[in-house]
Amino acid sequence: MSTSSRAVVDLPDRVIRHRVSGEDTIRWSLVAVFAVVLGLFLLYPLSQVLWRSLLGSDGRFIGAANYVRYFSTPAIAASITNSLLVSALSMVVTVTLAFGYAYALTRTFMPARGLLRVTAMLPLFAPSLVQALGLIYVFGNNGLITRTTGFNVGIYGAKGIVLAEVFYCFPHALLILAAALGATDARLYDAARTLGASPLKTFVTVTLPGVKYGLVSACFVVFTLAITDFGAPKAIGGKFSVMATEIYNQVSGQQNFSMGATVSVVLLIPAVLAFVVDRVIQRRQYALVTSSSRPLVPERHPWKDRSFLLYCSLIAGFMVAVYTVILVSSLVQRWPYNFTLTLKHYDFDTAGGYHSLWNSIRVAALTAIVGTALTFVGGYVVEKCRTAASGPLYLLSVLPVSVPGMVLGLAYIFTFNAPGSPLNVLYGTLAILIVSNVIHYFTVGFLTATTALKQMDAEFENVGASLGVPFYRTFWRVTVPIALPSIVAISMYFFLNAMVTLSAVIFIVAPGTELAAVAVLLMDDAGDTAQAAAMSVLIVATGLVVRSLYWLAMRGVTARTQAWAGRTSVTPEETT
Amino acid sequence: MSTAGGPPPAVALEGVAKKFSEFVALRGISLSIAPGEFICFLGPSGCGKTTLLRIIAGLERQNAGRVSMAGRDVSDLPPALRNYGIVFQSYALFPNLTVGRNVAYGLETRHMDAGTIARRVDELLTLVGLARHRDKYPAQLSGGEQQRVALARALAPAPALLLLDEPLSALDARVRQALRHEIRELQRRLGVTTIMVTHDQEEALAMADRIVVMNAGQVEQVGGPAEVYRQPRTPFVARFVGQMNFLRAVASARGGWARVGSTELRHQPGFEAAPNSAVTLAIRPEEIAVGPSAQEAPNALTARIASVQFLGPFTRLALAMEGDGEALECDVAATAFAALKVGEGAVVPIALAPEALRAFPAVS
Repeated sequence: MSTSSRAVVDLPDRVIRHRVSGEDTIRWSLVAVFAVVLGLFLLYPLSQVLWRSLLGSDGRFIGAANYVRYFSTPAIAASITNSLLVSALSMVVTVTLAFGYAYALTRTFMPARGLLRVTAMLPLFAPSLVQALGLIYVFGNNGLITRTTGFNVGIYGAKGIVLAEVFYCFPHALLILAAALGATDARLYDAARTLGASPLKTFVTVTLPGVKYGLVSACFVVFTLAITDFGAPKAIGGKFSVMATEIYNQVSGQQNFSMGATVSVVLLIPAVLAFVVDRVIQRRQYALVTSSSRPLVPERHPWKDRSFLLYCSLIAGFMVAVYTVILVSSLVQRWPYNFTLTLKHYDFDTAGGYHSLWNSIRVAALTAIVGTALTFVGGYVVEKCRTAASGPLYLLSVLPVSVPGMVLGLAYIFTFNAPGSPLNVLYGTLAILIVSNVIHYFTVGFLTATTALKQMDAEFENVGASLGVPFYRTFWRVTVPIALPSIVAISMYFFLNAMVTLSAVIFIVAPGTELAAVAVLLMDDAGDTAQAAAMSVLIVATGLVVRSLYWLAMRGVTARTQAWAGRTSVTPEETT
Repeated sequence: MSTAGGPPPAVALEGVAKKFSEFVALRGISLSIAPGEFICFLGPSGCGKTTLLRIIAGLERQNAGRVSMAGRDVSDLPPALRNYGIVFQSYALFPNLTVGRNVAYGLETRHMDAGTIARRVDELLTLVGLARHRDKYPAQLSGGEQQRVALARALAPAPALLLLDEPLSALDARVRQALRHEIRELQRRLGVTTIMVTHDQEEALAMADRIVVMNAGQVEQVGGPAEVYRQPRTPFVARFVGQMNFLRAVASARGGWARVGSTELRHQPGFEAAPNSAVTLAIRPEEIAVGPSAQEAPNALTARIASVQFLGPFTRLALAMEGDGEALECDVAATAFAALKVGEGAVVPIALAPEALRAFPAVS
C-alpha cells in the first residue's frame, strides 16, 4: 500500500467529465428552477425579516436597537419566557400521554385499536384555534362546566394554552411514536425472554432504546409546533402573551413592523435550534429493522389490554367531547343557556361567509397540487440529479419546518407588499396564499418524497441510462408509479394543513381572499362565538370528507400496487 | 490505438485511477479485453472491482486514465452512449412493469415498431427460459428467475458488452451453481464480451476465460483460471484463490532450497533470494502427500495429526510438523485416508512435493 500510494498521490481532484447531453440540460434546468423558487419564496423573504429587524419604524438603520428594546421592555420580553414555559410543558405532557397511547396501539392486544387510532387524529382536521374554542365552551367563564358547577378553573392563560397545545400536538407526537414503536424486531424480545429478563427490564433495555430517536423527534416536533402556534394562544391566552401573539400585536395592533420583525427573528432561534439538534441526533440513528427482522405480534394480556383501553378511551373520549361541544354549540340558539336546535349560525352574516370557505377549499386544493409537484420533483432533483447544488438545496428544503408561520407571513408582507416591487403583483391574490402554504409545509412533503425515493433501488436510473432511456422517461414510467402512495400522502398532507393553517396566512389575506380559518378567528374576536363554532365545524367536515376521498383513492392505488408489490425485493448482502 | 493486425480489444483500460476524497480506490489499472472474452474481476470487499466496473459503465467518473471500447475512446461519454448492458447485484427490475415490459424497456425508445419489439422480447425470454412468465410481475418470480429477467433486459438491445455486478451473490447456493453454468452458456452462444465482478473465487474459476485478481485498488494477477490457481504470482493471490498453507522459512545457501526450522526443503525453481533472508513457502492442502508412500518422496517429513475433519469427498487434516510444530492443513481423499488406518494424535510421514512448493518473498 505504501509503495504504490506514492504513484497516485498526484491524482487530480477533478474527475474526467462526460460530454454534455440534452438530458443534462434538462437536469440542470430543473435544478435551476427549484433553486429560484426556494430563493425567491423562502430565502429572500426571510432575509427581509432579518433586515427589517435592524431598521427603526422610520426605515432608518438602527442596528440592534430593536433587540435592546425588546429585551429591556418587561411587557414584551415576558413573551419569551412565557413561550418557552408553555412549549416545554406542552412537550412533556403531550409526549408522555402520546407514548402510552402509541404503546397501546402498537404493542398490546387492546380492543378497538383502529377506532382509537382514527379518533386521536381528529385534531389534525381543525385549526389550533378550534381546540382552544372548544375548551372555552367547556371551561370558560360562560362554559358548560363553569355554568353548571359554578366552579371556574381559570382556563384563560398558560393553563388553557398548554391544554389546547396538547390537543393540537397529540396526533403529531402519536404518529411519530407509533411508527417508532411499530418498527421493531421481535427477535430482540425473544432474546430478552430467553435470557430471563423481567417485563420491566425488557422495557428499559429493549423497548426504550429502540424508540429513543422517535421520542427525541416527537419532543422536538411538539416543542416547535407549540412555540410557533398562533391560533390557540390567540383564542385562549387572554393577557398571557407568547411570542407568536406578540408578533401579531406588534404588527396588526400597533403597526410596528420593525418590532414584529425583531420578535420574529428571536422566535426563529428556538425553532431552528430544535431543528438542528433533531437533525444531528437523527443522523446517528441506524436501521433497527432489517430485511431479516421479524415484526412483533402483540399477545393477549386481558388485564393489561383493559387498562390500556381505559387509558386510551379517556383521552379519545375527552377529544370527542370537546369537538362535540363545538358541534352542539354551533347548532343551538345560545350555548350553554338555550339548547333549542337552530341552523341560524350557519348563515354567516359577517366576515366573508361561505366565500371564505370556498376560498379555503380552492387554496387547499391548489396547494396540494402545486406543493406535491414541487416537493416530489424537488426531492428527485436533490436525490437523483447529484450536482454541487444538491447540498444547499437540501438544506433550503428542510429549513421551512423551523420557520414559524407568523414569521413567514410577515416575511411575505415585506416581500410582496413593498412599494415599487414587481413582486407586488402577487399581493392580494389567492396565489400568494398558495405559495405561502406550499413553502410553510414544504419540509414534510419534501422529506416524504426523498424517503420514498431513497427506498427505491438506486440503480433504476442507471439501468435506464445503460439501455439508452432518458431519465425523465424512467421518472415517469417507474419512479412516479412506485412512489404513488407517497405522492398521494404528500398531497393529502398539503391539503389538510392548508385548510387549517392560520399563522402563515393571517397577515396576507386581503379583501376578497378571506380564508375559513381566519374567519373563525375574526368571528371569535367579534364575539360571534357560535358562528365561529359553525365555521370550525365546516372546516373539520371538509377535512374529513377529503380525507375519506383520499382513503378511497389510496385503496385504489394499493389495489393497483398489490399486483406487483407482492414481495419485497432482494436485498444484497454485501456491496463492494 | 488498435493493435497491429487483429481487431481492437473490446475494452481497453489505460491507467484508470479513482479516488473518493482522500481514499484512493483504483491505482492506475491497465487492461485489455478481447472481443468475446468472459472476464472476472475478483477480489475482496473494497478492492475496487465494482468501482472499476462502474467506470467502464460510465456510472462513475475516473480521476485519470482512459476507457476505450472497440478502439473508440469513451472516457467522456455518458452511460447512454456507451452501448453496454448491465445486471446489478439487486437486479433493479422495475417492480411496476411486467417481465415483458422490463425486457422491452430499452427497445421502446429505439423507434422500433411494436411487432418487432414483441418478437425480440419473446426471443430473449425464450433464450433465458422464461417465455411463459412474460405477463408476471418481477415480485412473482423466484430470485433466480428475476436474475434471468435482468439478464434478458440487459441483452435485449444487443449490446456489444455485458457487465455483471455480483449477479449471483443474492441467490442461494444451488441456484447459483445452475445459473453459473447458464450464464456461461448464454455468453458463449451470443459471443458477447462479458465482464463480471465477484468476490467468490469459485465462481470466477468456474466461469471466466481470464481472471483479474484485484487487491487494494491494484491488479495482482491476470490469467486463466488454471494459471491463477496453480501459479499465483503473489502471496495475496495464493491466499485469496483457493486454500493455501504458508510456511515461514529462511533461504539456504544453495539456490532453490529453503530451511523451515531444521528441515531443508527444495521449492519450485525460478525464485532467488539472498542466503539467510526470510522467505515464505506455500503449498495447497491437496498437494501434500500423506502416508507410507511419502517416505520415499523428496521433501519427506513427519507430522502429527492434530485433528481430523470429515468433509464428505475428502478429509481435512490439521498437521503439526515434527520438531518445530509449524501447522499445515492437508486434504486427503476420504477413501485414501481410511486406508491409512490412523487417527488424531498419530505421527505420519508427509511429503511437500518440490514442484508444488512455491516460494515468495517473506510476508509478515
